[in-house]
Amino acid sequence: MEKIFQKLSLTSASIVFVILIAIFFTLFHASKPAIDQFGFDFLLNPDWNKELVVESTLAMSDEIVDEDGMLFDEDDEAETITIYGGLVPIVGTFLTTIIALVFALPIAMGIAVFLAEIAPKNISNIVGIAIELLAAIPSIIFGMWGLYYFAPIVADLVGGYQVSLLTAGLVLGVMILPFMAAITRDSMNTTPDVLKESAYALGATKFEVIKDVIFPYSKTGIIGSIILALGRALGETMAVAFLIGSIFVLPTAINSPTISIPVAMANNFGEASGLGESALFYLALILFVISFGVISIAKFYFLKKAN
Amino acid sequence: MRLLVNKIFLALSILSALIGLAFLGWILSTLFIKGLSSFHFNLFLNDLIDGGLRNLIIGQFILAAIAAAIGIPLGMAAGIYLQEYGRGKYTTLIRDLSDIMMSAPSIVIGAFVYAVVVIPTGGTSGFAGAIALAIMMIPVVINTTDNMLSLVPRELREAGIALGASKYKVIIDIVIKAAKVGIMTGILLAFARIIGETAPLLFTSETSNYFSLDLTESFPSLTVSIYDLANEPEESSRDLAWAASFILTVLVLIINLAGRFITRNKEN
Repeated sequence: MEKIFQKLSLTSASIVFVILIAIFFTLFHASKPAIDQFGFDFLLNPDWNKELVVESTLAMSDEIVDEDGMLFDEDDEAETITIYGGLVPIVGTFLTTIIALVFALPIAMGIAVFLAEIAPKNISNIVGIAIELLAAIPSIIFGMWGLYYFAPIVADLVGGYQVSLLTAGLVLGVMILPFMAAITRDSMNTTPDVLKESAYALGATKFEVIKDVIFPYSKTGIIGSIILALGRALGETMAVAFLIGSIFVLPTAINSPTISIPVAMANNFGEASGLGESALFYLALILFVISFGVISIAKFYFLKKAN
Repeated sequence: MRLLVNKIFLALSILSALIGLAFLGWILSTLFIKGLSSFHFNLFLNDLIDGGLRNLIIGQFILAAIAAAIGIPLGMAAGIYLQEYGRGKYTTLIRDLSDIMMSAPSIVIGAFVYAVVVIPTGGTSGFAGAIALAIMMIPVVINTTDNMLSLVPRELREAGIALGASKYKVIIDIVIKAAKVGIMTGILLAFARIIGETAPLLFTSETSNYFSLDLTESFPSLTVSIYDLANEPEESSRDLAWAASFILTVLVLIINLAGRFITRNKEN
């Protein structure tokens, strides 16, 4: 019985490992046709679902598959292949994340300072719970609220479309705000009271204590928290899906619509097949690898060091 | 001058807290106003095909409940391994990977389940959706169990062993019992999180307009239907989406507050 229990728990623990490996290889396998077809140029090609006419001499390979998963006949006269490139969603993902970060960072730091240092304990508790409730609201709600209530105001102020990089990034910022504030507060709370009290005893103001004692002490933890929030923002789907406009066009301005990797997947997976589907898996693989990297850096470099 | 800088800084910090609260208030009041104005008790009696939400709410619950039924035992067993049995590099590796998995993009998990379940079985199904949600839930449960068990004092374990109980008996009857409240809170929060998920369900369970208990076919999902309804041009569809969002948010927040309430009660 003891043995069985131990084996069961070991097996369950190993499932995490198996799932992660399986995710990586499944995505890699499913994106193989697109990787073979487009290689790393995929990352730099802004065209998505664009038909290209190729001369029949070039289309000798019978591996070329069109959108419907039909094999081309080699003796077709003018053959077309469909080109998929990931540049637009990749750029869209990074830009929305950067906008979200620029918007959320100062506010989140302010909230964290407020919760950790300024507010009396009971107020800090209540505001803390409220901020955590904001984090618990499902992302689809942020998307709907953003589209119908927030975006019109932003568009009035800035001009341009209601669905755009800017509105998507700002709503994403509102979404990561509570998460970032909560973990930054936790980092700040690790500062020993003795250090703070010594500084106050020397006549330092609250601002000076925060700037010269708490911030240097919890710096690595705070940076880790920010990067972790960035990792979350990269993979967020629903809040962005309502607001980014979902068109495969490189944005020309901050208020023009575009698309991000998760949104490209959310909107096109159902209808895609063949090379198109494979290209979406390629995007998923890129997103998985990037967020895996970002989150690992945050957790294992900064947050571990902070503890 | 120093005092002035200090005052400005404090004011800015309080201002950001107010901004945060303002967003929460704005979103919640929008939900309440829009949601309540289209809310009707008949929503609970009719299915989506007749303009109601009954099938969607039940469907979403079933998906999350199956995910929990898969995710809780696996996650708890894994957490027990990490805290009670595991030693050395492998344990650290699993703990780290589980931490990373907790923040993995949910849409990628959806794509993974699409590749390993939906394509081989020939179509979207309730099972596929529940599996995707379970994958999201497992690392959260592992993390909670691991953390909560680490708070149980070592003396309790030693006392159990000294009485001649075998290790698994000690774990089940003593350690888990001692950490019960914390683990339950964590599980409630994890459940609240997956019940509001949309992205992993989009192409795994999809959604359905009809009442269904058949897990081998497209399964009604509240969140996926909200996404569909909100993007439809008719005003009535959007109103229904708001009513659905209102119900979903109230549900998620209640589960969340319940989790916090349990912990608070324990502390007092």
